[in-house]
Amino acid sequence: MEKIYNELKDIVGAEFVSNQPEELFIYSRDMGTMLPAAPDFVVMPDSTEEVQKIVLLANREGVPVVPMGGGLVLSGLTRALKGGMVMDLKRMNRILEVNETSRYALVEAGTSQGILQAYLKRHHPGLKHSIPDAPPIATVGGNVLIHGSGHLSQIGGFHSEMLNGMEAVLPTGEIVKTGSCSASPYWFSRAPLPDLSGLFIGWAGTTGIVTKLSIKLFPAHPYNDARVFITGDIELIADVLHRLTGTQLTEDITAGVSCIIGRVQIFPMVIINYGADTKEELTWKRNLIRASVKKYIDDKTGGFAPLPPASRADLLKAPNPQPTQVADEKKGGGFEYVGSIMPIELFAGAYNIGVEISKKFGIDNLMAARIIGGHCMMFSYTYTFNRAIDADVDLARNALHETNNAVLKLGGIPWKAEAPAQKEIIKHMDPNTFQLMNRLRSVLDPKGIMNPGNWEVG
Amino acid sequence: MKHEELLHRCFRCGWCKLPVNFMDINCPSYLKYRFETYSPGGRLWLLRAWLTGDLDASDRFKEVLFSCATCKNCVEACGIPGIKDHLVDMIIAAREEIVNTGKLPPSIRNYLTEIYNRGNPFKKPQSERGDWAKGLDVPVYNGQEYLFYAGDVGSFDESGIKMTRAVASLFLNAGISFGILGENETSDGNDVNALGEKALSEHLAVNNIDQFTKRGIARIITLSPHAFNAMKNAYPLLGGKFEVYHYTQMLNKIIKDKLPLGSFKARVTYHDPCYLGRWNGVYLEPRNILQSVPGLDYMEMGRNMNSALCCGGGGGNYFSDMLGSGQDSSARRRVREAEEYGAEVVAVACPICKKMLEDAVKDEGLENQMRVMDVAQIVIEAKRKQA
Repeated sequence: MEKIYNELKDIVGAEFVSNQPEELFIYSRDMGTMLPAAPDFVVMPDSTEEVQKIVLLANREGVPVVPMGGGLVLSGLTRALKGGMVMDLKRMNRILEVNETSRYALVEAGTSQGILQAYLKRHHPGLKHSIPDAPPIATVGGNVLIHGSGHLSQIGGFHSEMLNGMEAVLPTGEIVKTGSCSASPYWFSRAPLPDLSGLFIGWAGTTGIVTKLSIKLFPAHPYNDARVFITGDIELIADVLHRLTGTQLTEDITAGVSCIIGRVQIFPMVIINYGADTKEELTWKRNLIRASVKKYIDDKTGGFAPLPPASRADLLKAPNPQPTQVADEKKGGGFEYVGSIMPIELFAGAYNIGVEISKKFGIDNLMAARIIGGHCMMFSYTYTFNRAIDADVDLARNALHETNNAVLKLGGIPWKAEAPAQKEIIKHMDPNTFQLMNRLRSVLDPKGIMNPGNWEVG
Repeated sequence: MKHEELLHRCFRCGWCKLPVNFMDINCPSYLKYRFETYSPGGRLWLLRAWLTGDLDASDRFKEVLFSCATCKNCVEACGIPGIKDHLVDMIIAAREEIVNTGKLPPSIRNYLTEIYNRGNPFKKPQSERGDWAKGLDVPVYNGQEYLFYAGDVGSFDESGIKMTRAVASLFLNAGISFGILGENETSDGNDVNALGEKALSEHLAVNNIDQFTKRGIARIITLSPHAFNAMKNAYPLLGGKFEVYHYTQMLNKIIKDKLPLGSFKARVTYHDPCYLGRWNGVYLEPRNILQSVPGLDYMEMGRNMNSALCCGGGGGNYFSDMLGSGQDSSARRRVREAEEYGAEVVAVACPICKKMLEDAVKDEGLENQMRVMDVAQIVIEAKRKQA
């Protein structure tokens, strides 16, 4: 171990590698309910070349490597389940290029959402990127690689769909490029080449380390508005979402409904964000959005709620601190959620799962959905816990586990799933699909050094 | 430990690492060290682990704890209303626990020992404390309207002395009724408190309160935002209720009527001191002064006001030097930011910021294109042109 530590120091400098108890403690856990798993080292490279050298060292020595961006997935994906090193990529945070005309940004993988947003506001005020409901220190790379979504997902789909290409270091040390950048100086698209980017997306860091990526940018409109549609009937929501997404005029649509044990159940509401270049265009969009759900307004089963300016401003915030504030719901500093990807028509069924689990465990369940394009949604079940009370953390962990299983039974798929939930997904997966995953990994990572313990059966 | 009941409520979401406008990493210790442990949230989680016995108070643990600059960027940016106002309080409370063990990092132990033994951290005799005023005809306090409090750095540090003399000169010129304590002045205790030496900081505060009261002092103008903070916020809790002004507040009152100015032709930006800005909400007065100077081309850096990047000298770090060195020290990043925005002069209003940024300009090799000047020094230069 000392030999590896010294070699890591030679690669990144002594100040950016640690085997001290303090770093091992913090990097052994995230903010969710998964139990700690400590690495032997934490290392922070500053360049692709340093990443390559570290991976070559790890490969030679058979040491596990756990790549980490913001470390904010909450589902424990950056814990070193089999020891080795956590590679914190946040020093690699340079914004390398913004192409105004073709609307893309090339960034190092550790670039944070907030810093990219601020950079665009300053240097390219006509452009913006899709911001997830994560804290602004979350990384662009991490969020793309977990199939994240965000406040432009009505336009661009999952954040992984907004990816134009990437540079990655393979577990055997080769540096590869995917997408247009592999055959052109421009990072504009994944088409028309074989889509090798998929080798790294959704794999929980088990196939390589992404070091650079290009993402799509979108117009930053000067006029923006938010509307809230409310209905008392949960069964109507799927159709409301279908109608709203059919307008193809919105930037973001989310739906929220809470199940608070022993308290009032909040009416389900749908939040619609949209932007325009002129006031007239904004009004035009507003009218068409209203027209899409006129049926429910006319029959008085739903309608738009009046919004005070402050509430409207809150709804337009991106990133928004409110999701993080859930952590203080019990004055306990903790929450984790099952984010499940599923078709829109399962909204009511997904809601019913949440209610049942909430009752069974006696735990509040904050449910929300972000609609991805017009095709599916990320339906989330959020359980808060008091970090200082072990039993409370256990309760949330058990509720999360049961929710993952219920989602799978319903036909959804847990997103950025914890290692135990990954095993449940594998049980539902076509065996040939899982076999293909294993064959690909055995080619890419013959020694099995990349984030072992993830996407595994045993 | 005080505030222990709040520690577990930190989610470690990381909002605290960035300023409210997200422009860049804005926590000085996280900026320099880059491990999660040195971020505000990481630090709080380590504190909790220490209190629960999962971690020892190792040298590294103490480095993590004492490298916080108490700049309050985390307080500004934190997304959890229930704890945000106490984030720095938790750090100071933990430092107090370490102080009580007697096992401090050497640089901090030395600083506190010097304050205890000599009343200042510069290893200078108390008799030299008023030497900064030599040749200026600054009166010793004897019932004037204001006490001008120079503080440790303004009394003993070469760069700080220039700043103190500039401010005093302007006050003399404007006919402000003020006096100084000279060799009777003692440390204000602000940074001693930030380092967790509560007993010593209270001792210093009580001594100052007694002296001010006995001399009939009702109004105080401080050179340093650190002294301003202690006297404005901590002294009242110990019975010392004075009208306290930072010198920029006073200068702002008199600049138009009492200080006719010539021009100062340079592109100038202003660096907000944390203990003036985020701690006390004084943002506009220094800017008003600078924008009153004819010919001065004023511009803001991206991180300004409540989003300003700390110089790295707060919370005792000016003396312990845990944040001063390296490419990514706050001060060096700050002058690089000023350079990026095209500033020729970085205006400051704190002797600690002044020294930290002057050193950073040298480290960055920018001496030929950028000066660090106190707001009062800029006004004096403009005044000379008028004369």
